[in-house]
Amino acid sequence: MTILFMLIPLGLVLVGFAIWAFFWAVGDGQFDDLESPGWSVVMDDRAPVDPTAQDLDPS
Amino acid sequence: MTAAIKCYHCQELIPPDLSLTAEVAGRTYGVCCLGCKAAAEMISDAGLADFYRFRTAAAPRPDETNDDIWSTYDRPEVADPLLGQEGASSVVNLLIEDTRCSACSWLIGERLRRLSGVARASMNPATGRAQIAFDRSQVGLATVLRSIASLGYRPHVLGATDTLAIATKERRRALKRLAVAGFGMMQVMMIATGLYVGARQGIDPIIREYLRIICLVMTAPVLVYSGRPFFEGALTSLRTHHLGMDVPVVIGLLLAFAASSWNTLTHQGEVYFDSVTMFIFLLLLGRYIEMGARHRAGSTSEALMRLVPATALRIRDQRRERVPVASLETGDLIIVPIGECFPADGRITDAATEADEALLTGESEAVAKPVGSTVVAGSMNVGAPVTIELSAVGQSTVLAGIVRLLERAQTERPRMARLADRAATWFVTRVLLGAMVVALIWLWIDPARAFEATLSVLVVTCPCALSLATPTAVTAATTALARQGLLVTRADALESLAGVTQVVFDKTGTLTLGKPQVTSIQAVSGSKESALDLAASLEQGSEHPLAHAFAGIRVTSRAEEVAVHPGEGVEGWIIGQRLRIGREAFVAAIAGPRPSTVGEASVYLGGPSGWVAAFQIGDALRPEAARTVRELQRLGLSAHIASGDQDAAVMSVAAKLGITDAHARLLPAQKLAFVQALAAQGQQVLAVGDGINDAPTLGAAAVSVALGSGSALAQASADIVALRGDLTTLPMAIEMARRTTRVVRQNLLWATIYNILALPIAALGLVPPWLAAVGMSLSSLLVVLNALRLTSLRPAGSRPAATGVACLA
Repeated sequence: MTILFMLIPLGLVLVGFAIWAFFWAVGDGQFDDLESPGWSVVMDDRAPVDPTAQDLDPS
Repeated sequence: MTAAIKCYHCQELIPPDLSLTAEVAGRTYGVCCLGCKAAAEMISDAGLADFYRFRTAAAPRPDETNDDIWSTYDRPEVADPLLGQEGASSVVNLLIEDTRCSACSWLIGERLRRLSGVARASMNPATGRAQIAFDRSQVGLATVLRSIASLGYRPHVLGATDTLAIATKERRRALKRLAVAGFGMMQVMMIATGLYVGARQGIDPIIREYLRIICLVMTAPVLVYSGRPFFEGALTSLRTHHLGMDVPVVIGLLLAFAASSWNTLTHQGEVYFDSVTMFIFLLLLGRYIEMGARHRAGSTSEALMRLVPATALRIRDQRRERVPVASLETGDLIIVPIGECFPADGRITDAATEADEALLTGESEAVAKPVGSTVVAGSMNVGAPVTIELSAVGQSTVLAGIVRLLERAQTERPRMARLADRAATWFVTRVLLGAMVVALIWLWIDPARAFEATLSVLVVTCPCALSLATPTAVTAATTALARQGLLVTRADALESLAGVTQVVFDKTGTLTLGKPQVTSIQAVSGSKESALDLAASLEQGSEHPLAHAFAGIRVTSRAEEVAVHPGEGVEGWIIGQRLRIGREAFVAAIAGPRPSTVGEASVYLGGPSGWVAAFQIGDALRPEAARTVRELQRLGLSAHIASGDQDAAVMSVAAKLGITDAHARLLPAQKLAFVQALAAQGQQVLAVGDGINDAPTLGAAAVSVALGSGSALAQASADIVALRGDLTTLPMAIEMARRTTRVVRQNLLWATIYNILALPIAALGLVPPWLAAVGMSLSSLLVVLNALRLTSLRPAGSRPAATGVACLA
């Protein structure tokens, strides 16, 4: 059971990392809007249109 | 084009005689107005036609007017106070009206990101808030606002600092606390399992002490960081000499943690770290849910404040200048053109006008404002351009007062919860006394077991299940209702709503749409069509609410030299003929007294050659009204109409809806008496209304609902605001309220039984503290889960909300 002396502190480090990651995500605003980012997957994501390039487009 | 076709952009019916089309992604679709055509083609040209595939709700109808009201926002003195700095770019917070689904926010975001100079545009469709960062040297604030407006949405500038930012900060902090408590709880639980199993099967003492120290290390940050709100709450409640819920929580937490730490360090006794972390996590979870509901409620009052325009035309030293409303002072003279809102309260100094106070009072008829009368901020000037001398600005205006009223209602705690809180306080003092008695008795019998028994009593009887029983159920129901567009402003409302037996409806604006329409025409000379045509051309220039009845009518003739006489009518020349439309006396002044052949009507048309026509202007029934009344009757409620309107109009509405008890021509005081008479018979009355004349009725009823399209004052005095103005949410809310009351009763019953059973057993020393903690946590968990059933289930008979899946299918 002496392996516990190593595994549990390792677990604590992982928990610390998880909490840090979560704090970062919260601070980054990832939990502020839980709805619209899901939509961005189904919406076509086009590159920003360059006005000069648009003129050459026949459509 | 067929008559019943809907506009491709806004989904409103296209007038039958109109043929306007828009080309979207190579296909031609019918649209209802030039604004929609422009918006649809703009969206298509920008390569954003996907909007129409992914939206779940119709787009708002853009204004056709070309007035550029946005250009003032490019002036530095207007823009500067509204903008914040973020690195090199300026940041502005907007509230965008009419965003109806995620596709809307995508559309706005895409449109803005294509403007050169916009660094970031983030939009939250749930709150309608957008934050835009842009480079002011490349693009102005006005351009940003104009491009949003061109899509048909109405942007409102909230300024650099925003209550949303405060709310976001609060939510983020709560989320972090919850996460720390959650992670801590999981870890401690896992290790505690090892300890429990070890206690039964035998464990190496060194491992046991080691595991306990790990628990201590994990619990300490949870207690200090996540438990902070409880410590703060307990401190405030001690300072105000009131034993709140936080006090026993903190005593329990500190006692359990101190004892566990002491036992850990001295290698003896039991530890209760698992109970401490679980306790904190569960309580935080409840508070987090409650906070979400509170934040949503806060946005309504902000919606009211945006009635006030951002800029005003001030006269100073004989010069006119456009200034931000925030810089206005009492005593300033400002000019308010027709069709603009008054930015502050004031007194009219130069000309008579009319003010549309519908947003404040719900009264659709404009109020005559002679020279010297006062006007209030948020009402609209519809008569003539006037100069007003300001008497109150900013926070001292009537509108600001209403907003404060609403905010106060929102911060009130539910009576049920207050009762439970009081019960908990009572209970807490008894528990503390009881625990002391138990401790003394045990010290006398067996000092070795005294601490454990006392702690068991404290932990097992912690009234958190009792205290959580009501708030969790109420917040769960409130959240579910808010998602359906029903805002519960008074916390007791759900409880009262569950016991409602009678429903009293106002007619205008509640059962009907509240928008005037021409319902019948009596033509004296000529055909009805030509009379309507003449009337519509005359009324085109008028902002008067009754004139809106003629707004949708296509005209062939042109009125010239049109003069609006505030409070009386409109005069003009059509094909060499002088005509007047308006009140009876106004028309009679040039057409002679009204002949007996012309019946009583709302608006008359006539000229020197005689009376032309009389128009009855009325109000159409809401499409969902009949279904709602049927649903309410199915729920065992009887419906009544109490209206201030004429007999005929009220009776015809009552007959169409199958309501037998209808009362017409009631003054506000009589409506109030009607509701009070019902209440005196022992009935629980639900009042539904929308205007200022309903405000007393709404206040007198056991519970009241105001429709969101109505006046702010009605909304402020109502317990529940139906934001979408959709009546079908009403039966749904009643069902939800009944379920909530059921859940609360179950919860309270369970918590009481649990405490009654557990207390004596624990006092006898038969419950080890770990079991006490598990029992307490399980009872709280059961209560919370029972309450959460309210959010997950949809009441029967309600229509499912539009979801993304449904939209894509």
